[in-house]
Amino acid sequence: MNINWFKYSSPQTFYPLAGKMIPWFTWLAVVLAMAGLYVSFAIAPTDFQQGEAYRIIFVHVPAAWMSMVIYIAMAGWAAVGLALNARLSAMMAQALAPTGAIFTLLALVTGSLWGKPMWGAWWVWDARLTSELILLFLYLGFMALQSSIDDPRRADRAGALLALVGVVNVPIIYFSVKWWNTLHQGSTINMGVAPKMAATMLLGMLLMALAFWVYTVAVALMRVRCIILERECSTDWVKELSTGGQA
Amino acid sequence: MKTAKKNAWTNAWLTVLKRDLLLALRRRSDIATTLFFFVIVSSLFPLGIGPEAAVLSSIAPGVLWVAALLAGMISLSRLFSADFTDGTLEQILLAPQPLALLVTAKILAHWLVCGLPVVLLAPLIGLQYALPNEALLVLVYSLLLGTPALSLIGAIGAALTLGVRGSGLLVALLVLPLYIPALIFGAGAVAASQHGMSAEAHLSLLAACSLLSLVLAPLATAAALRISVE
Repeated sequence: MNINWFKYSSPQTFYPLAGKMIPWFTWLAVVLAMAGLYVSFAIAPTDFQQGEAYRIIFVHVPAAWMSMVIYIAMAGWAAVGLALNARLSAMMAQALAPTGAIFTLLALVTGSLWGKPMWGAWWVWDARLTSELILLFLYLGFMALQSSIDDPRRADRAGALLALVGVVNVPIIYFSVKWWNTLHQGSTINMGVAPKMAATMLLGMLLMALAFWVYTVAVALMRVRCIILERECSTDWVKELSTGGQA
Repeated sequence: MKTAKKNAWTNAWLTVLKRDLLLALRRRSDIATTLFFFVIVSSLFPLGIGPEAAVLSSIAPGVLWVAALLAGMISLSRLFSADFTDGTLEQILLAPQPLALLVTAKILAHWLVCGLPVVLLAPLIGLQYALPNEALLVLVYSLLLGTPALSLIGAIGAALTLGVRGSGLLVALLVLPLYIPALIFGAGAVAASQHGMSAEAHLSLLAACSLLSLVLAPLATAAALRISVE
């Protein structure tokens, strides 16, 4: 059997495939988010220590997970793009970055919203909060570098290299911030939720995480379609598309 | 045959190093700019915060390290840009010797010109911040071990932003987050010795950062230069 593994690695063939996948992922994200929100807000019990305010973790924790997963995925696509010199991989990396940055911001904002009633302060120099902030800087650096280089091929490769440098540094930064934090704070605040979490809480969190994941795929595909059109606007197939052909 | 190749590598490396040092010596004001930047930034803090010795000595490790970080960063643009505009960089890229090797010579020259003077001047500024003697010594050690990492990591950023518009600000955005571990361990070492603890753990970690970046940063810088110049 002869499978062409690289059939969908060309923008021209991937564009319609992405178009077909987007509705599926979008609806799956909507359904999962509805289920996740229902479990989180209607079924999950009120926390006996933290009251109702704890429910923000159903958005906060999945957003923090996704912010890290997306960075790794972005670096992975960047590495593939550099190694195989594949245009589409670099476009995927570029398409993932804004979503990753938004999730990082969301995790920071929800973290501080949660911190106000719990710790009595909007911002605490907690190790996780601090490293999340640095992750946001890394995303911003990646996007700023890509957008300030006009030649798209150079922008792709420079961004890819930066993403790889970043992914090597992320664990170093995380542990240095962690040690810094334990050295400087007399009473370490235990940010972790009680280990024995009710099963429904875990279910809500997992559903929300899955919803965010599927949402990320849908949004990244939409964005990559835009990037493909923008980059390939001089090719015949895009011109055909714009003069009346169907995707 | 092998020794001949090795000699050629050593020669090329020394040539690049000598050339960069000579160029820096011919333009001495460039060295002075970095140094004065470091002095001015670290003199601004007492003016903003107040002259109490207790407060100053408690913020000194962080302030001096941040000032050294910024001074190292503003000088990064000079690392490759002059060679890029006059075409020397293309010649270095075309050289038969490995680019990563020649890049280390350039980075070493940059550190000797911009990093080392800051290291040597730091204890003087530390005195103004009422740092005790042991802490001053640790400050010098930490800067000596840590500033090479700053030059090495900074070189990646300088190479990536070569010839890009707004590269000065961009390099700050790219490089400063990566400097954070060096800042934490460097300032931590000085603070530890101030509190009567051993600074050895921090210094070891700082040395580890520098060694790791010595291995990886020249390769990444070489790759970045090829992307930027092609």
